[in-house]
Amino acid sequence: MRVHAQRAGALLGGLSFPALSLADWTVNMTPGVTGTSNDIFDLHMTIFWICVAIGVVVFGIMFWSIFAHRKSKGVKPANFHENTMVEVLWTLIPLVILIIMAIPATATLIDMYDTTESDIDIKVTGYQWKWQYEYINEDFGYFSNTTTPPDQINNRQAKGENYLLEVDNMMIVPVGKKIRFLLTANDVIHSWWVPAFGFKKDAIPGFINEAWTRVDEPGIYRGQCAELCGKNHGFMPVVVKAVPEEEYNTWVAEQKAAAEKERELTEKDWSMDELMERGEKAYASTCAACHQADGSGAPPAFPALKGSAIATGDMAAHLDVVVNGVSGTAMQAFGSQLNEADLAAIITYERNAWGNNVGDMVTPKEIFDYKSEQ
Amino acid sequence: MSAVAGTHAQDQHHGPARGFSRWLLTTNHKDIGTMYLIFSFTMFLIGGSMAMVIRAELFQPGLQIVQPEFFNQMTTMHGLLMVFGAVMPAFVGLANWMIPLMIGAPDMALPRMNNWSFWLLPCAFLILLSTLFMSGGGPNFGWTFYAPLSTTYGPPSTTFFIFAIHIAGVSSIMGAINVIATVLNMRAPGMTLMKMPMFVWTWLITAFLLIAVMPVLAGVLTMMLMDINFGTSFFNAAGGGDPVLFQHVFWFFGHPEVYIMILPAFGAISQIIPTFARKKLFGYSSMVYAVGAIALLSFLVWAHHMFTVGVPVAGQLFFMYATLLIAVPTGVKVFNWVATMFRGSLTFETPMLFAIAFVILFSIGGFSGLMLAIAPADFQYHDTYFVVGHFHYVLVPGAIFGIFASAYYWLPKWTGRMYDETLGKTHFWLSFIGMNLAFFPMHFLGLAGMPRRIPDYALQFADFNMVSSIGAFMFGSTQLLFLFIVVKCARSGEKAPARPWEGAEGLEWEIPSPAPYHTFTTPPDVK
Repeated sequence: MRVHAQRAGALLGGLSFPALSLADWTVNMTPGVTGTSNDIFDLHMTIFWICVAIGVVVFGIMFWSIFAHRKSKGVKPANFHENTMVEVLWTLIPLVILIIMAIPATATLIDMYDTTESDIDIKVTGYQWKWQYEYINEDFGYFSNTTTPPDQINNRQAKGENYLLEVDNMMIVPVGKKIRFLLTANDVIHSWWVPAFGFKKDAIPGFINEAWTRVDEPGIYRGQCAELCGKNHGFMPVVVKAVPEEEYNTWVAEQKAAAEKERELTEKDWSMDELMERGEKAYASTCAACHQADGSGAPPAFPALKGSAIATGDMAAHLDVVVNGVSGTAMQAFGSQLNEADLAAIITYERNAWGNNVGDMVTPKEIFDYKSEQ
Repeated sequence: MSAVAGTHAQDQHHGPARGFSRWLLTTNHKDIGTMYLIFSFTMFLIGGSMAMVIRAELFQPGLQIVQPEFFNQMTTMHGLLMVFGAVMPAFVGLANWMIPLMIGAPDMALPRMNNWSFWLLPCAFLILLSTLFMSGGGPNFGWTFYAPLSTTYGPPSTTFFIFAIHIAGVSSIMGAINVIATVLNMRAPGMTLMKMPMFVWTWLITAFLLIAVMPVLAGVLTMMLMDINFGTSFFNAAGGGDPVLFQHVFWFFGHPEVYIMILPAFGAISQIIPTFARKKLFGYSSMVYAVGAIALLSFLVWAHHMFTVGVPVAGQLFFMYATLLIAVPTGVKVFNWVATMFRGSLTFETPMLFAIAFVILFSIGGFSGLMLAIAPADFQYHDTYFVVGHFHYVLVPGAIFGIFASAYYWLPKWTGRMYDETLGKTHFWLSFIGMNLAFFPMHFLGLAGMPRRIPDYALQFADFNMVSSIGAFMFGSTQLLFLFIVVKCARSGEKAPARPWEGAEGLEWEIPSPAPYHTFTTPPDVK
């Protein structure tokens, strides 16, 4: 079925665009790398060919009338109208076709909803405008940001091969295992989509959605956020790398060790320079999307930090804004998103960068105490 | 009601008032119809130029012309202006002009309300357009304005947006009440319900849909207003609300809304095809029942816009089956149009060209709708350009071509002059080619994985986006030709007879062209 459908699709593409059947002129869905996506591809091709068949019959009769029953050919109009038999038939036949179509669709849908007996659970959280992946049984997680440089987007640099579909930290999954996704969001509704897996699911703030997949072939699969989520909706890629199980296990072990190290950072004694250095990086990946790399912001939605009352004023107020966010605005509560070291580094950086010369600093330990008091 | 209108008409033997007050104070259904149509075309051009900005930005990958913030305002405003400003008022304009003429009534049943419902519209859309110049910009959350993007995260101008849509909604409700009151009370003696022209039937049903769902839209807007300004949490999970509730309420309005935009076009096409086929509509009563069935089913399918939000599987199955079921009455309509053409004596004047294109291209939009109804497959199609292609196939060659067909068909009655047939056909062919070039590649883009509402895209989508933009520019610029054709027709077209189309039937063709300022002051005899 699948092979036939593929061939038929390729044939159709070839017929419509004989000279242009190159990769960039793709006209059809691709079957994907999961069982679900193959089922969906089959449904897609079946309903497509049903539509083509109905279209050929209906438009065929219509074009026949257009060519044969013209007044210019001297045709006199017939006078028939209303025929119960015909009308009953053209009501019942489509009904039967639809019932036939609904049966496999129902089976696939029920299968897609069966999220039980998963091997791995990954919590996916949508943020404006990045994804957070938490391996909830392994006790580590990280953010995944776009890495397409602004210069490429603004046409000052040639665009790379994976333009807009590249991230700093991919989601890593093992092949052949049932992976359950728990999807939610921190601010607005996002939608997590990898076309090769055959589903997208909305990530909704305050609620948790479930979905699952089992990837058959190792490889890197790219997708995007599919639900309009504000300014940078188009710059929120999803990249998943499917690897063999041993490779996955090694990677998990490394991640767990790294997560442990991160936790130790809170205990360490930090110097101003170390904090500034770490702060610049953390600011770039977390804050710059709204407040801009030079702290100039995009008022009124995203205030400037350069010379701002918060960033140059009382430390406690600055801590409160960054850790707890500002309700009713786009400023999120970063206390739950970032570790203490990054929070301390970002706050210190904001107070001492771009000519904000407050001169003071806050240590990860102080952040830890501040958060514990709340 | 009809008695009042009757005595009122008897002492009015004069023509229209002079100057601006004629238009400001008029209660004449023809004047109001004309104003609705002009307003609608103005909105069509403004909303269309926004589409040109969108397509210009998407001509090539990368950001060239606008920034993402403004791009989002363009997609939002384009949708809002086309739905609420262009398509809906155009059909109300056609209803104002044609329903009294078709049922032999002297005017609409509630002429003063008619005037008010029109003049609310320019106010609503001035407010809406003014948001573009406010601090923080205009609405940027899509025409579907999903919470919490439109509430907690919306720009400061959102309250003005809510107010504008509220006013447009009030106008629509009043227009719908007027249509129902007119059709039910003011038909000429002998014009039974089952003798009414199809256009009147489809509008009667549309008016009931409007009365049923516009208050639901008002409800969701009011909840937004409360969330933004008065501290409630209807759509805020942190306060015990639910963002998905927004979508349920919105689409309970939104799905019937798409039929509000297409049913009157069904009616107009059902008038035009028999005229140019010189043959009776194949199944009048089954057409009436099909429209009724579509209208009823339209209340039961809203969650097919929400297959990916996590509706439980039983709900998912219900909405899939109900959606598939709508294909049956819609099929009945298409089969009827084809059977009407079959063995007719066809000619291909501009209204007929638009009508035939309507049947073919609307059916293609219906086919992609059938594909989208398959819930598992929708997990791939949803929120991609496939959906954008689908609804533009339903709305552009559906609603818009339906309006063009109607305009060319009734222009001789409105102006008393014929339009230039060659120019009309040129308008048709350029629109037809441009529209297909613009929207057909969108299906390919969606199937290849391009999400909708993005200002920039990955490189593999570049080729078809360029084709689509070229088609859009072609379609967009062609519409200026329509303006020229109408102006030329009104000023210097050949004089039109009372019945300019050989096969046309109905009361509107019994009166002279142009239709006198007051018509049917004494009811006609309907056999």
